[in-house]
Amino acid sequence: MLQVIIALCPALLWSFYQFGLGAIIVTLTSVCACVLFEFLIQKFVLKVTPSICDLSAVLTGLLLAFNVPSNLPIWIIIIGALVAIGIGKMSFGGLGQNIFNPALVGRVFLLVAYPVQMTTWPVEAGYFDVATGATPLALITQMVNGVDGVTLESLGEAFLGSTAGSMGEDSALLLLLGGLYMLYKKTITWEIPVSTLASAFVFACLFYGFEDIPGVSNWSIIMQQFLGGGLFLGAIFMATDYVTSPMNPRSQLIYGVCIGFLTMVIRRYGAYPEGMSFAILIMNAFVPLLNSYVKPKRFGVVKK
Amino acid sequence: MNVILLALGVLGVLGAIGSLVLYFVSKKFYVYEDPRVGQVEEVLPGANCGGCGFPGCHGMADACVKEKDASNSLGSLLCPVGGADCMAKVAGILGVEAGAAEPKLAVVRCNGNLECRPKLSTYDGVKSCAVAASTFAGETGCAFGCLGLGDCVKACTFDAIHMNPATGLPEVDEEKCVACGACAKACPKLVIEIRKKNAAKTPAVKRVWVSCINKDKGAVARKACSSACIGCGKCQKTCKFDAITVVNNVAYIDPEKCKACGMCVAECPTGAIHCTAAVQTVVEKLKAKKAADAAKAKEEAAKKAAEAAAAKAEAAKKAAEDAAAKAVDAVASKVEATKKAAEGAAAKAADVVASKVEATKKAAEGVAAKAADAVASKVEGVAAKATETAAKAAEATAKAAETAAKKVEEVATKVAETVAPKEK
Amino acid sequence: MKTFKLGGVHPAANKLSDKAPIEVAAVPVVVAIPMAQNLGAPSKAIVAKGDKVKVGTPIGEPGGFVSSFVHSSVSGTVDKVDVVEDATGKKVPAVFIKVEGDEWLENIDRSTDIKREITLTKEEIIAKVKEMGIVGMGGATFPTQVKLMPPPTAKPQCVIINAVECEPYLTSDHSLMLAHPEEICIGVQILEKAMGVKKAYIGIEANKPDAIKLMTETAKKGYPEIEVVPLQLKYPQGGEKQLINAVIGAEVPSGGLPIATGALVQNVGTAFAVYEAVQKNKPLIERVVTVTGKSVAKPSNFLARIGVPIQQLIDAAGGIPEDAGKIISGGPMMGKAMPNTNSYMVKGCSGILIMKNDDARRKEASPCIRCAKCVHACPMGLQPNFLAKYAEKNMLDKCEEERIYDCIECGSCSFSCPANRPLLDWIRQGKPKVMGILRARAAEAKAKAEAAKAAAAAK
Repeated sequence: MLQVIIALCPALLWSFYQFGLGAIIVTLTSVCACVLFEFLIQKFVLKVTPSICDLSAVLTGLLLAFNVPSNLPIWIIIIGALVAIGIGKMSFGGLGQNIFNPALVGRVFLLVAYPVQMTTWPVEAGYFDVATGATPLALITQMVNGVDGVTLESLGEAFLGSTAGSMGEDSALLLLLGGLYMLYKKTITWEIPVSTLASAFVFACLFYGFEDIPGVSNWSIIMQQFLGGGLFLGAIFMATDYVTSPMNPRSQLIYGVCIGFLTMVIRRYGAYPEGMSFAILIMNAFVPLLNSYVKPKRFGVVKK
Repeated sequence: MNVILLALGVLGVLGAIGSLVLYFVSKKFYVYEDPRVGQVEEVLPGANCGGCGFPGCHGMADACVKEKDASNSLGSLLCPVGGADCMAKVAGILGVEAGAAEPKLAVVRCNGNLECRPKLSTYDGVKSCAVAASTFAGETGCAFGCLGLGDCVKACTFDAIHMNPATGLPEVDEEKCVACGACAKACPKLVIEIRKKNAAKTPAVKRVWVSCINKDKGAVARKACSSACIGCGKCQKTCKFDAITVVNNVAYIDPEKCKACGMCVAECPTGAIHCTAAVQTVVEKLKAKKAADAAKAKEEAAKKAAEAAAAKAEAAKKAAEDAAAKAVDAVASKVEATKKAAEGAAAKAADVVASKVEATKKAAEGVAAKAADAVASKVEGVAAKATETAAKAAEATAKAAETAAKKVEEVATKVAETVAPKEK
Repeated sequence: MKTFKLGGVHPAANKLSDKAPIEVAAVPVVVAIPMAQNLGAPSKAIVAKGDKVKVGTPIGEPGGFVSSFVHSSVSGTVDKVDVVEDATGKKVPAVFIKVEGDEWLENIDRSTDIKREITLTKEEIIAKVKEMGIVGMGGATFPTQVKLMPPPTAKPQCVIINAVECEPYLTSDHSLMLAHPEEICIGVQILEKAMGVKKAYIGIEANKPDAIKLMTETAKKGYPEIEVVPLQLKYPQGGEKQLINAVIGAEVPSGGLPIATGALVQNVGTAFAVYEAVQKNKPLIERVVTVTGKSVAKPSNFLARIGVPIQQLIDAAGGIPEDAGKIISGGPMMGKAMPNTNSYMVKGCSGILIMKNDDARRKEASPCIRCAKCVHACPMGLQPNFLAKYAEKNMLDKCEEERIYDCIECGSCSFSCPANRPLLDWIRQGKPKVMGILRARAAEAKAKAEAAKAAAAAK
């Protein structure tokens, strides 16, 4: 857990710089609420020894913060934390037992319950009365659906991170750095991030590469799709969550490919501009099936 | 309005189609089941514990019906949860006689608690008896006894067996135990046995069992646990009902033959045979009687011993006295003999001397009258000396005899003295 | 550098005694030689109280096909045939001998001259190996003569010598190679002759550079068909299947014997014992054992007679240190923790490790978070977290589905689990149950097939 939190720090610090007070408030609230709820639920409802020292609640809080706008009202964040920990984690039996990624459960719940607040993205630092704008993905959706007069930021900004969006959508570069750190520390293995990103790229090309969209090159759209949204955050930090991902390399590859595919399908053909959270949650539901039917490479099994 | 009607219509049609499908499927995939099975299942407890040995109450109901058809009875089928009442109901439904089954109980056959079976090493692994049993021979010197990690407790679904932290051994709750056998199966050392709950026909629960399964030789077993069965066989000898066998250095009481009289419990030197409270009172009485008998026997033995000692002392005294008397006699006769011999010798000497004196006197008279006086006086002197010496000799021998006699007296008194303290 | 492909972990090597030369341990006053020192049936004692024995006198004969001879390691009088505690505290039969002098049987060649010419035929070698009580010295103690007689379907290609010693702390094979490189090579040649092959490999892990150099030079000088293969450090490289995969790249088929790949694997200590048996007529009566531990005063490699009390060897290395937690027969990964030091030296004990209390104590287990570290570590490609869960819940059909019978019980899973879950402990509960079911199924199938055959023949 600690290694994952460390790997998130570069992106976190950058988002503090990008979104200022908002990022700080949202992160603090989310982390504190998650830890508090885990402690209270474990101590008083489940009546077991609270295990907040394993830092899993802190990580859930961070990831939840990374998934919401940095000017989200505090009370909504707290509700999100309650849902993430209480429903997404504790109701399944606590650490190691949950089927769905708790941060994403919280995030999706908030998205559906408070769609307005969850889709107004700040474009500047601050918390109170900040200017908001559409994320690049939202813009692309509009463009693809034929809305006129929409322009996109440059690719450089998308990669480095100065677009509108949640903290986690911001800097693909820093998230990638975090991912490389985790690979070096052997916290995660390469199968899921690589397969997710590769698959997402391929399907982005397939879905966005052949249409003629006025005002922007196909390549630009594909790269924006690839670098924008929660793809990097999801592929590196959320899909690789131990508890909710498959256990052996073969099934992990299948898992990653499907997530990439589903993300792009939802983005292109679904009603939401961002599909990563749903894609991951859908694939989480398939993980027990993958674990049962896709076995690791066995030693000494003769292939006939 | 049209929309509502349309919605109702569509849903109604869908519902009708659905129910038709369900109806045909239920007919096509219908599995015939004997209606009696359902009836029997109704009266079974519904706990699906598997204590009867069948998969759930439905399995038991099925078995009951099959058994009835096969043998027109319920055979040995018993629902341990429902008990005899339940089986009577089942019998009623199926129209057979209910058999009377002996109530049974799980019995823990180990009494090596923390005090009498000391731990010699510490187990730091998974808290499961199965894992510990396959890892090593146990924390104590007894490789057969209870490991104390509670696999039996985990296996019990009736809350009938619990670990006693003071003894480190499991204890069975007689009220809750239904003798389903789960704990016996779970125990890797086979310590738990399902035995008859009450060996006697009385309402008071009487049960006797050997609480040890240690197959090591007696000395080894005793060293590991002070209340182990050492296979001495005293219980086997005591049992009037031929219920006890000693195999592999451990005794076993056959629950079918045992009448719970308690005699073996009283006999067991290590306390390895345990019994219920009802038997314990009998055992106490037996033990008390045994103790009293033993005390009596001790007293008598002591008495006998005292008597024998006294008799011995008497005999010794007598023997000493006889010996002393004999010694005194012997000495006295010896003194007499020496006295006589001395007198004789003195007399002889005196005679010889006298005759010699006479002879010399005569010779002297005859030969020389001159020297007669001198010779006579000399002779007289010699004679006087001779008689003196003879007298001295006689005195000396008499003294010697006296001293000898004295010494003999001393010896006799000493002997008497030494015999006397022995008498005391 | 070569290594096996699937799984593996990297425990700290802690080879504290790798510079210690072999010391001959003193002969005690009384020895107790257990009758069950091999895999398979225990041996049967053939001596009784009062019998006089010399070093090398047979005292136990095989109790079955997969069994071996046991010889006296001392000269003296048999005191009794009674029980002793083995390394796990279980009581096993053993022959107690009161030691008188150190007389060896006349036909044993005690000289240190290296006898290079192999005069025995293949059959004679196998018979000699059986007669001299040679078993696998790596710890499995499989009777060597049985391994040298593979089923007729096997086609032997090469001999692979296991000098890997992947268990941390143990250095008995290492010190043996440094002391007797040529004897080992001759032993390998004897094994080649027994199997009828013309190629041999000696696999040595890279943390023994002196042994690699010495063995390579020795092989170059006179034994060109022997190839020394340095291997990358990884546990459990010393496992037979993993070693074959590392050296020749083949995988032993699941449920099959290693000889199916054409390779006969023997421990380097076994090769040395084979040399002594065939060339010097010396039965297996002593072996090199490492006594070691972080707090042990003098980590050593002793040449100890079979039947020596373990306590004596520990005392010779400085005694049990103050902070001792566990005394382990074998290495820290697959060894057995001893409840006391009442046991005696046996053929398969390659090391006595005294672990510090802090190192030895287990940590509290936390829930499985399906991190899959165990899956990545398993050298057999299994999913230990599932196996342990199924075994604990006695779901034997799922255990079978997950191939619990392929498990080599190396302990890599328990070692790598960050939640300190006792994975191998539970797998060890389920594996024998599943293997029993498989055996019963095979026996039933065989019986059915025979019955069908008989019925067909009757028609």
